Amino acid sequence: MENVPSAAASAEKIDVAYVAHLARIALNPGEQALFQEQLEHILDHVRKLNELNVDGIEPMAHAIPVKNRFRDDVPTPGLDHDDVMANAPESRHEQFFVPRILE
Amino acid sequence: MRRRAATNSFLSLEFWSNMAELHQLTLVETLDALARGDCSAEDVARRYLERIAATDSAIGAFLELDPEQVLADARAADAKRRRGEGGRLLGAPIAMKDVLNVKGASCTCGSKILRGYRAPYDATAVARLRAEGAVIMGRLNMDEFAMGSSNENSAYHPVRNPYDLSKVPGGSSGGSAASVAADQIAASLGTDTGGSIRQPASFCGCVGVKPSYGRVSRYGLTAFASSLDQIGPLTKDVADAALLTEILSGFDPADSTSVPAPAPELRANRDQGLAGMTLGLPREYFQGGMDPEVEQRVREAVEVCRSLGAEIMEISLPHTEYAIATYYIIATAEASANLARFDGVRYGARQPGADPIAMYEATRSAGFGNEVKRRIILGTYVLSSGYYDAYYLRAQKVRALIRRDFDQAFQHCQAILTPATPSAAFGFGEKTGDPLQMYLSDIYTVTTNLAGICGMSLPCGFTAGNLPVGLQILGPAFREEHIFRVAYAYEQATRWRAKRPPLAVAEAGRAAS
Amino acid sequence: MIASIGLEVHVQLKTRTKMFCGCPNQFGVEPNRLVCPVCLGYPGALPVMNAEAIRLTVMTGMLLGCRINLTNKFDRKNYFYPDQAKNYQISQYDQPLCLGGQLEITLKDRVKTVRITRIHLEEDVAKNTHFADGSGIDFNRAGTPLMEIVTEPDMDNEDEAFAFLTALKQVLAYGGISDCNLEQGNIRCDINVSVRPTRESPLGSKVEIKNMNTFRGAHRALAHEIHRQIREVQRGTVIPQETRRWDDDAGVTSSMRSKEYAHDYRYFPEPDLLPVSLTQEQVDGWRAMLPEMPAARRERMVREYGIPEYDAGVLAADRAVADFFEQAARQCGKGKAVSNWMMTEMLRLLAEVDGDIGNARITPTALAELVNLVDAKTINQPAAKEVFALLFASGGDPKAIVQEKGLAQVSDSSALQGLVDQVVAENARSVEDYRKGKEAALQFLIGQVMKLSRGKANPQVARELLVATIGAP
Repeated sequence: MENVPSAAASAEKIDVAYVAHLARIALNPGEQALFQEQLEHILDHVRKLNELNVDGIEPMAHAIPVKNRFRDDVPTPGLDHDDVMANAPESRHEQFFVPRILE
Repeated sequence: MRRRAATNSFLSLEFWSNMAELHQLTLVETLDALARGDCSAEDVARRYLERIAATDSAIGAFLELDPEQVLADARAADAKRRRGEGGRLLGAPIAMKDVLNVKGASCTCGSKILRGYRAPYDATAVARLRAEGAVIMGRLNMDEFAMGSSNENSAYHPVRNPYDLSKVPGGSSGGSAASVAADQIAASLGTDTGGSIRQPASFCGCVGVKPSYGRVSRYGLTAFASSLDQIGPLTKDVADAALLTEILSGFDPADSTSVPAPAPELRANRDQGLAGMTLGLPREYFQGGMDPEVEQRVREAVEVCRSLGAEIMEISLPHTEYAIATYYIIATAEASANLARFDGVRYGARQPGADPIAMYEATRSAGFGNEVKRRIILGTYVLSSGYYDAYYLRAQKVRALIRRDFDQAFQHCQAILTPATPSAAFGFGEKTGDPLQMYLSDIYTVTTNLAGICGMSLPCGFTAGNLPVGLQILGPAFREEHIFRVAYAYEQATRWRAKRPPLAVAEAGRAAS
Repeated sequence: MIASIGLEVHVQLKTRTKMFCGCPNQFGVEPNRLVCPVCLGYPGALPVMNAEAIRLTVMTGMLLGCRINLTNKFDRKNYFYPDQAKNYQISQYDQPLCLGGQLEITLKDRVKTVRITRIHLEEDVAKNTHFADGSGIDFNRAGTPLMEIVTEPDMDNEDEAFAFLTALKQVLAYGGISDCNLEQGNIRCDINVSVRPTRESPLGSKVEIKNMNTFRGAHRALAHEIHRQIREVQRGTVIPQETRRWDDDAGVTSSMRSKEYAHDYRYFPEPDLLPVSLTQEQVDGWRAMLPEMPAARRERMVREYGIPEYDAGVLAADRAVADFFEQAARQCGKGKAVSNWMMTEMLRLLAEVDGDIGNARITPTALAELVNLVDAKTINQPAAKEVFALLFASGGDPKAIVQEKGLAQVSDSSALQGLVDQVVAENARSVEDYRKGKEAALQFLIGQVMKLSRGKANPQVARELLVATIGAP
């Protein structure tokens, strides 16, 4: 993955506004300032991991050493259409309805 | 009330005063009473409904409860029993943390963003309990999306600790622990991502089990951190926990990460004692930062185990000091993706916006509380372009080192004893101002989830202020029988359960009169 | 100026169910009927991999000469969009199922090899429909298995890109990988195109044209875009790296409003799915199931049935047509005759109904029998054509049709002599012409006998009787 080496991260401050937008969360200026301070504090602690030499360590993505969990290509019953639409905040024409998508 | 013929004079005063104490029975005792015909499932359900009505304004454990549905399910269980149909939990009331999908019920996860959502399906764990005849009773309060250690992050209302209403019940399964401790329910299910079963169990003086990762299906558990989450029981004693852990365990084809191992036999070894067992004490867990009273209770518990025949040895888990950093990178990264689906399109609450992006931002900003936002932003950051290697990838490697620590330790001992938490229950607002301090208090529990091993908290005494202290027992992955063997032996030697929260005693007296 | 074109082709796999849940993988159903907690991204739902989708992707890799990554995994690709149920797409990032590979394309004057970079598996998104006041979303397609084939920028012009897509479609159809129905969006592609002064210059800025649904559209879009880029460069404009949209009605590409931060996908390993670890034996077993590809089949059909190279090429191009041909040819043992029927009547009638051979009512067995009937002179050629048309439209047994319609050929001289006498009596002039040596006159007289027999007379027998009756010229 095309990422910068670990050392670069130690100096940088988190750009809370940018990251919040990536996560589709709008912050007011007060929240942004609060999170900026709190997250920098947390990241200071997190950077503790840079102390460790992790060369040659296989990253652990799963807690169990199991592989190959497949499903046969056999249909199973789904949900009732009316139940599905009843959960929708807004629906029209039997579809979930959202503000017009701009491309 | 209709009931099957009671064996002993059911019109006697003694019987009626016993009835008032139905809510004080453990799950196994309740099942025995039901099996003997001393009471009906409807009696049990009514008693708990009364109990909740009388106490929950003080405790705040329940978010949703449908008495009509509960009574209908209880009567159905009674009908089954009359027909001679079985089920290991037939007629027993069990409550669910609000993060588990129960068909037809709400599932808010303690968040406003899921307002209006009704689950169209049962989580596998719920289905397994139903299949054994359990009466699913109510939805329990929690920290929003299971993010928190005090239940103060519930979007609805706080949960209070039954032992001291000015203290938090712990979290995130705060409602699950408080309801069991306050005898509002026979047993409950919680979820544990970094200690969310064990820490509240410890604060509320009940038994809480975090099974090995892959032991219990996560299907229907609203994910916080997929590679760490596990469902487990919170109960009044070890036998109840063993019964529920056995029933919940087992392979589920709907969860790719569930492991096809046979359910553990946990009740077989209840009288085995501890002779021949080696228990480890991790040096790094006793190096300060712990409340002296907590340390004292845990060391006393260790001595009890020694007196029961266990050999105690010091072990080392050298990467413990990196666990919190590792945990908060991995958990928040996974959460940032898991919680992306809450966007106001298919279910839940929506806020208007001129275009989809504006709609998403309005919906998520209004729907999520501050702790959830903070963690989503942190998790998004550690995965974002330029930072992945430095944070997420590095954390996955340290996670492997933490797992290795345990693998090495378990070559020398069969189980590990630690405190469950650095302190007993703390007061409301004490830690909310400093998220990092709140995170650091998870130090004894997060390693279990990172390593995928099993763990349990059970009562090991009280502080001078009458707050419960929890002993944590950790075992190797898929060796739940180890921790249950220790727990059974310790519990039988101590009987801390005789001490009840003041609230439980008060209401019991009122109801009996 | 030289253009360089690379393609990212998205192919919907022919599975019964979706990639990660048991909902049917089916087109043309009312909106939001083929949905469940998994493909709607409900709280608590978890994905489980469809084994058949893995197999079909590996089969494609083998058909395209790729290296199969025995160990591979799925990742989450994070971005918010209303057509995504989870706001992340389960895809394969750094460990795809197949790497490398190539596909030969046939151009007017030569054959060219286009290199394949990788093939990975992912889930398709939902379908958006735009209305004046908003957009509707139908999740029937959401979560269906989608295979992405990425090429190197090896194509130089729109014709090569078109030839690649056509050749790829043939391979996918042959392999039973996809239905390859373009109307149903079974094959869609994104095009990457850049221009540079010479083949030695570095590649120019990459422009991506998104969501092409037809090969013809891709061809037109490329012709336009290459022309546009060359014009811009010649004007001295620097071409920005951007995403453009093709407007098929206007025949132009236009810049898409760049989505902010759209490229920070935050890929990470999907924690809900375990890694895939295939064994060599498993893959070898699948390799043994690979169908014969068109080029090899063409050569074999020429050898085996003695049919012309051209005919074999046409028949082999469509696996179902070739299968039909071979079955019929094997049953009657007369490949040449079957091929003639296929090349003429069959293809003509298929073109008329715009259908595929799978929908025709005629069976290979029926065609084989028809060929036998002609060969045995039970019916003549015009009658056979009539029978073929009936078989094509409604199916049935050729012998029964011949009987029912009374189409059997009459070869019995005594039965035909009366008609011959009548024709000779009524066409004195033609009889005279024939006696004078006009061969065409005899043809006319035979035609008259055929007419009187309502097509059933054996023309050879009629000829012999006429010559005997009139006498040789």
